[in-house]
Amino acid sequence: MTGVEWLALGIKVLGAFGLLLLATLLNVWVERKVLADMQNRLGPMRAGPFGVLQTVADGLKLFFKESIMPRKAEVGMYLLAPFLAVVPAFLIFVNIPWGGSFHIGETEVVLQGADLDIGLLFILAMSSIAVYAVVLAGWSSGSKYPLLGGVRATAQAISYEAAIGLSLVSVVLFTATQGDGGTLSLYEIVQRQSGTWADVHPIVGWVPRWNIIPQIAAFVIFLTAAVAETNRAPFDLVEAEQELVGGFHTEYSGMRFAMFFLAEYVNIFSMSALTATLFLGGWLGPTWEGTLPAFISGALPTVWFLIKTYAIFFIFIWIRATLPRLRYDQLMSLGWKRLIPGALGWLVLSGLVLAFRQFGAPWG
Amino acid sequence: MSTYFESYLTVGAFVALGAVLVLVMLGVAAVLRPSKPKMTKAEIYECGVDPVGTGWSQTYVRYFVFGLLFLIFDVEAVFVFPWAIAAEELGMFGLIAIILFTLTLVEGLVYAAKKGVLQWE
Repeated sequence: MTGVEWLALGIKVLGAFGLLLLATLLNVWVERKVLADMQNRLGPMRAGPFGVLQTVADGLKLFFKESIMPRKAEVGMYLLAPFLAVVPAFLIFVNIPWGGSFHIGETEVVLQGADLDIGLLFILAMSSIAVYAVVLAGWSSGSKYPLLGGVRATAQAISYEAAIGLSLVSVVLFTATQGDGGTLSLYEIVQRQSGTWADVHPIVGWVPRWNIIPQIAAFVIFLTAAVAETNRAPFDLVEAEQELVGGFHTEYSGMRFAMFFLAEYVNIFSMSALTATLFLGGWLGPTWEGTLPAFISGALPTVWFLIKTYAIFFIFIWIRATLPRLRYDQLMSLGWKRLIPGALGWLVLSGLVLAFRQFGAPWG
Repeated sequence: MSTYFESYLTVGAFVALGAVLVLVMLGVAAVLRPSKPKMTKAEIYECGVDPVGTGWSQTYVRYFVFGLLFLIFDVEAVFVFPWAIAAEELGMFGLIAIILFTLTLVEGLVYAAKKGVLQWE
């Protein structure tokens, strides 16, 4: 590899990593502000202008807090769990393209951590690994409530993981018919959402060719399951304060607790970004190349990506402010009796419709 | 180096950066934070009262059944993804095969529901 290629690699890795950390710091504040607004409160106001430094202040406080380890803890697993929570959370984002491409000399730099061929499967695998952190944290604390929280978390996460996986199959199937052969690469999936529906009918000629329109049911199932997968309200039974004290991280304090907090918010951002990438066309959007200065039209894809991601993130917060927490049996029956059969039915329906369009009617 | 290994190099760099981030934050905290260990502090937390019994508690066996059910549908996803990618080449035959496969699994889910496994009491 030449020097320029190493530079490109550095830009990709540090860019994605920096974006993720910065967004996480900001997101905690955004969430608190939006929630406060919806509940007619002011929210954080003291640290920095409009309280924007609140997360930094909270983080700094945690640096000075004693970390207590319970006597009966399984030390190895107890110390490993924060790593298992944070690292897969970052790895989900490594696949997601967060901007267009530009050139350094001859080398093309795509603003995406890594464009893996197995992109989507890699993301599913990483979100499965993240479950281990919750289970091990709960189990290794050697305490009742974290154990219950951990077991609950496993059952919930695996139920909704099946729904996530099955709802994504129909998206992959649809993408395969939009271009030259099937693909799991997220860059390719975004590329195939470019253009408009002008070929369907001139009336919808201005509507962008996003997957959300033909795959609306998959979008609804995926978003619902994503909220459950990231343990957000109304699916936050993992850390239901009234029943389980604090859930799986009850026995974690100080900086070790902050790691779980960090992982949770990184996960939410990554899931929002993934939803925007798969269903809302990712970084696609008008760049007005040629009319605007080159550096502005070069940065616009990232701006579109962030706007779409924050629109989804806003929905996450909106749901949290609106809906009360589900009971555990309701949670399970929603997952197994609605979402999974729904995803399967939608997959069969998509398959049949696309097959009629590609091969014609079997009796024809 | 091929682009294949290059992209996994980025993944490796991400793993390293993530682990280093956690290490640095925990390390800095370890220097800054006070450490005054005490036997009562190391007790497990049960809302302030003395903990009762051991740290273990019985969990509902139904969680295990859901684990088994999950296995079925996760394995199904493993089979269905390759079909979704190659759907055009496999044509009508592939579609009918995958619909039959899906229906077989749905039958399993219906059977489980009829048995009352999905009912949480």
